[in-house]
Amino acid sequence: MSADLSPLWEVFIRSRNGLAHRHAGSLHAADAEMALQAARDLFTRRGEAASLWVVPAAAIIASDPDEAGMLFEPTGSKIYRHPTFYEVPEDVGHM
Amino acid sequence: MYTQALDTAEAQSKPADTAAAARFQARIDAEQRIEPQDFMPEAYRRTLIRQISQHAHSEIVGMLPEGNWITRAPSLRRKAALLAKVQDEGGHGLYLYAAAETLGVARETLVDQLLAGAAKYSSIFNYPTLTWADIGAIGWLVDGAAIMNQIPLCRCSYGPYARAMIRICKEESFHQRQGFEIMLTLCRGTAAQKAMAQDALDRWWWPVLMMFGPPDAQSRHSQHSARWKIKRFSNDELRQKFLDATVPQAQFLGLTLPDPALAFDPETGHWRAGPIDWAEFEAVLAGNGPCNRERLEARRRAHDEGGWVREAARAHAEKRRAAKARAA
Amino acid sequence: MSGICEQAVGGKVGSALTLAETPLLSHVLARADDALILGHRLSEWTGHAPLLEEELALANLALDLIGQARLLYEYAGAIEGAGHGEGDFAYFRDPPQFHNLLLVEQPNGDFAMTMLRHFLYAAFADPYWRAMVVAGDATLAAIAAKAEKEMAYHLRHAAGWVIRLGDGTEESHRRLAVALDTLWPFTGEMFLADAGEAALSDAGTVIDPAALRPRWEATIARVFAEANLTRPGGEWAPSGGRAGRHSEHLGHLLATMQHLARSHPGVRW
Repeated sequence: MSADLSPLWEVFIRSRNGLAHRHAGSLHAADAEMALQAARDLFTRRGEAASLWVVPAAAIIASDPDEAGMLFEPTGSKIYRHPTFYEVPEDVGHM
Repeated sequence: MYTQALDTAEAQSKPADTAAAARFQARIDAEQRIEPQDFMPEAYRRTLIRQISQHAHSEIVGMLPEGNWITRAPSLRRKAALLAKVQDEGGHGLYLYAAAETLGVARETLVDQLLAGAAKYSSIFNYPTLTWADIGAIGWLVDGAAIMNQIPLCRCSYGPYARAMIRICKEESFHQRQGFEIMLTLCRGTAAQKAMAQDALDRWWWPVLMMFGPPDAQSRHSQHSARWKIKRFSNDELRQKFLDATVPQAQFLGLTLPDPALAFDPETGHWRAGPIDWAEFEAVLAGNGPCNRERLEARRRAHDEGGWVREAARAHAEKRRAAKARAA
Repeated sequence: MSGICEQAVGGKVGSALTLAETPLLSHVLARADDALILGHRLSEWTGHAPLLEEELALANLALDLIGQARLLYEYAGAIEGAGHGEGDFAYFRDPPQFHNLLLVEQPNGDFAMTMLRHFLYAAFADPYWRAMVVAGDATLAAIAAKAEKEMAYHLRHAAGWVIRLGDGTEESHRRLAVALDTLWPFTGEMFLADAGEAALSDAGTVIDPAALRPRWEATIARVFAEANLTRPGGEWAPSGGRAGRHSEHLGHLLATMQHLARSHPGVRW
């Protein structure tokens, strides 16, 4: 039944202008036009979208979860990147 | 999200890594979500594939009993609502197949299992919809029971399944109300309409109580599923919740539940149902319900007769790609 | 049209409504009936579509059409002024009282037949509603503003499938060619107007469907070229749907659709 396989697409929805596209889910379609129409029918039945993206799932390069420590933990100690690291007297007011 | 970039044979080939398994369980215990490429024990993966695919099959097969009345809905308002509801079920099947696919199994494989009769789906859809009131009863009772099951699944430990369930629960919020409104209209209508509603309740009540699965003492999968935070309430707990919520609704409708032993226990504050005929449940599960054969046959026919369409879509896409490549 | 219709519905038969149709009422009912009957046909696919994604698409098309029908029936009720609503028009008229095109009542057949039927209709309905947005009748113009966006999408979706099936495989092309041979004769009826309708379009209340023909032909030519289809010739061009003279198929469709409502007249659902 592998003849039945059609490519997987990832669907991203912008719910209204001013917001970023967010991942909504995935679907199968033979080509980009079918993917876009299927995304419209599948993910925007309740006025969820002002814009749609479909991306071939195979085109997404993901980070390796086993490398999450190496990639993302070193940033945890750089607390000087956050405003709360710095002391400013209350008298100065909002800064 | 399902990303193929990291689809190595990682989990399959590794010997049982007890340290990794312990870390996995610790993450679950800490209420962290598991994502597709994370380490997971093979049994967890298999359990999820089974549960999510059964859930998806149920949505797709579940389109048939209600679809049976779309062409006969007695008003255009009801026709549109029913069509939109059955359409949602198709959508929910697709969300769930996509969630299952993140575990490394193709939708086609899962669908093949369904069509071959090797996969299970909810036993309730093997009962026939004989009158319009059945559409009310399904929305009120079957969707009501499904919601009991599905809301806790929004917090399931597996991220893609939980996300699919959040979307599904949000969309299904109108389904039960739609069914109850049909029942209420019938109960406030003519004697014939009310009799239709009572008849539907009589036929659907016990099968709906069976939807939650066998009693906890006999449930094979419950313990693992609870430890992995896939299932957060037991079959009996969910059945009890449903019973407590539904009995007063039936009273509001002025309908009689077909259970002479049904009684309120003032000590616990719970309704107690009479004994469920589990032999019937087993028979339906084994393929001998009133509509098992017809349901599967309908899905097989749709799949077989759609083969040339799917093939044409792929062939056209392939030709377009080739033409584009030649032009480039 | 109105003359024929008044004859056809002159007496009440069984539980059917008695209507005194004016040209405008007939026109609005005809458009409503087109939408309802085609929407109903599409809804017959539910649970049986060739691919799961298309289940969602077909239901969306059907819901658009049923929605258009409901708005149009509501307007028909206002025109008639006898207290009739969508339920009366949809469920309590007999086949000869329906004014829909023969094209839309044709059976679904296979997916090629369904999609080609939809394409042939949408290629007409899309420019029809766009033109009606600026026609003289304010209520129809408001309905048209909604319907034209819906039908533009229907045209895109159906044309996409006609091209896909025409170009796809030998099998899909063969099936599409059979569908074209079956359905093409019914397309001529879309462009006909009876005397009542001609008077309405002369007054600027509605548009003359014949004026849409060049645009429809251009859409057909563009899509058929991509689908490797040849525009059929042929003399046979059945009509009569607008006047209530239908094919045998409509009676069965309505028997299914209406039986429950007709069995319990006057109740709420």
